[in-house]
Amino acid sequence: MSTQTGDDVIDGHTGRVRLRAEGIEVGYGGRPVVSGLDLEILDGTVTAVIGPNGCGKSTMLRALARLLPVTAGRVLLDGEPLRDVPSRRIATVLGVLPQSPQAPEGLTVGDLVARGRYPHQTWYRQWSSDDEDVVADALERTGILDLAERPIDELSGGQRQRAWISMVLAQGTDLLLLDEPTTFLDLAHQVDVLELVDRLHREDGRTVVMVLHDLNLAARYADRLIAMQGGRIAADGTPAEVLTESLLAEVFGLAASVITDPHTGGPMVVPKGTSRSQ
Amino acid sequence: MSNGVTTRTAGHETRVPGRVPLRVGRFSTVWRLPPVVVVAVGAVGVVLAGAAVLTVGDYPVGFADVFAALVGASDRATAVIVLDLRLPEVLTGILVGAALSLAGALTQTIARNPLASPDITGITQGASAAALIAIVLGVPSGGLAGALVLPLAALVGGLGAGLLVVALAWRNGLESQRLVLVGVGVSFGLTAVVSYLLAVARIEQASQAKVWITGSLTGRGWEHVIPVGIALVVLVPTVLLASGGLGALQFGDDTARGLGVPVERARTTMLVMAAALAAVATAAAGPIEFVALVAPQVALRLTRSARPPLIASMVVGALLVVVADLVARTLLSGIGTPVGVVTAVLGGPFLLYLITRGRRETAR
Repeated sequence: MSTQTGDDVIDGHTGRVRLRAEGIEVGYGGRPVVSGLDLEILDGTVTAVIGPNGCGKSTMLRALARLLPVTAGRVLLDGEPLRDVPSRRIATVLGVLPQSPQAPEGLTVGDLVARGRYPHQTWYRQWSSDDEDVVADALERTGILDLAERPIDELSGGQRQRAWISMVLAQGTDLLLLDEPTTFLDLAHQVDVLELVDRLHREDGRTVVMVLHDLNLAARYADRLIAMQGGRIAADGTPAEVLTESLLAEVFGLAASVITDPHTGGPMVVPKGTSRSQ
Repeated sequence: MSNGVTTRTAGHETRVPGRVPLRVGRFSTVWRLPPVVVVAVGAVGVVLAGAAVLTVGDYPVGFADVFAALVGASDRATAVIVLDLRLPEVLTGILVGAALSLAGALTQTIARNPLASPDITGITQGASAAALIAIVLGVPSGGLAGALVLPLAALVGGLGAGLLVVALAWRNGLESQRLVLVGVGVSFGLTAVVSYLLAVARIEQASQAKVWITGSLTGRGWEHVIPVGIALVVLVPTVLLASGGLGALQFGDDTARGLGVPVERARTTMLVMAAALAAVATAAAGPIEFVALVAPQVALRLTRSARPPLIASMVVGALLVVVADLVARTLLSGIGTPVGVVTAVLGGPFLLYLITRGRRETAR
């Protein structure tokens, strides 16, 4: 695996392994979706997981975030097996934004983001000045401080997604797992969310693993791509190493040209058609 | 708060609009006016309505004499009527209302569904069915045996029904939609058991059983007040201390787990507490209809919260039962209407009013 990050190199990049999956098997109702999977996530990197629908990318992310128990193998967080660490302590180190999260009707943005402080709270310490500072910063970072008193159900899709990311930020973790953070957003809002992720990585040195559908955005905002197929890793490396015409044909069944992105110099996928349409 | 107050507390400026800090020493919370107002006004209402109930009956007692009896300065006859006969009924109503409403607030929150109250999901029906089985087996409703065995049977039945619902709904964890549907199924099944028992019961047993089907405060004594009181003294602080994860549980399971809430354990714990509260309440006064469903939803709307507020729900539940009791004893005194009928008549329309008003506000 390459740790080369081009012009994205930041101070926090130490090469330390934050998350390690060792031969994990994970699935739903006894049917494994992912099996025998090994993976290491290095500190200070941005990793995008790509792959066709149903390839197990969300399942793998949920296993890394202990949202789904593994049926074989194990996941280590900073060297400690996840199942040995209390859920609440994991939540102070690892923040996760699940796919299409649900909020109760009438909950305000400020209250939503404040719930990200749950792992740090006790019954008598519900809104310490620490909590307040971290939540205000999280709202500011995502540009929604002025929406704090608005109910979440009144927001647009892009604003709502920023509110959820803000809640995960309020958890104060330097490791973020995002499951399709750009789903249901138009292109401008997708770029908006990924620019935010990029700032969190560059400015704070946060480690990010995200599941993305758009290959070109994945290539642009991640320094490592993991392509999955049928519950295993089909390719792993820099965007230029992974996004090749042969891989696109093999993994996605997509006939495409890979050209140079005029803005970043990275790879850019231009589809011709799928194997199904040919 | 919706008016955007940014007050300063102890020289600290509010940094998150709508979340005004309230900090005393190591204690910190968010200051919110509506819940405080609802709790304060509701508590005053409970005291006033409760005092009013103490004055009415076959032997009317004035407010002044009620007060004198309460402080131990009245004649013996008044003291017996107020303290021994009426006060336990009023206190049972207050405690049962609070317990049912807290149970409803918990089940509605963890199931993320306003329909998921103990009287919809079979817990109160379980308590009723178990009490009826005891009656049909020959346990008299009066006397020491009745006072001990029937509430115990109701408690076991209520908890048993709650555990049955959890066990049947469990499939790699508890999913809220499944929990409600299984609860409704169990509830219908137990209602059928109740109907069957009434059909096979002898006539005098059936009339004893009446209280276990409709809910009533008539004839409640200190032997009913004390168990509910003890249950509340134990369960309420436990619930409040464990309630930190309830806000996170309102999100999807993945989000709650991501925030560090052990979802299954937290949900099962809260469900067992709710079942215990509802069963204890049903054991004391029978299944008083609608309180557990309606009071938390009324409190939710009055406090403009995003989830049923626990303390405000208890106060609203207590108020609903006491006011219903007052109405039953005054306006409907000749008919002997059980309080459970009045809670439904009072609570239903008020909830409908709040819901339609809420819809108009959102539409605006």
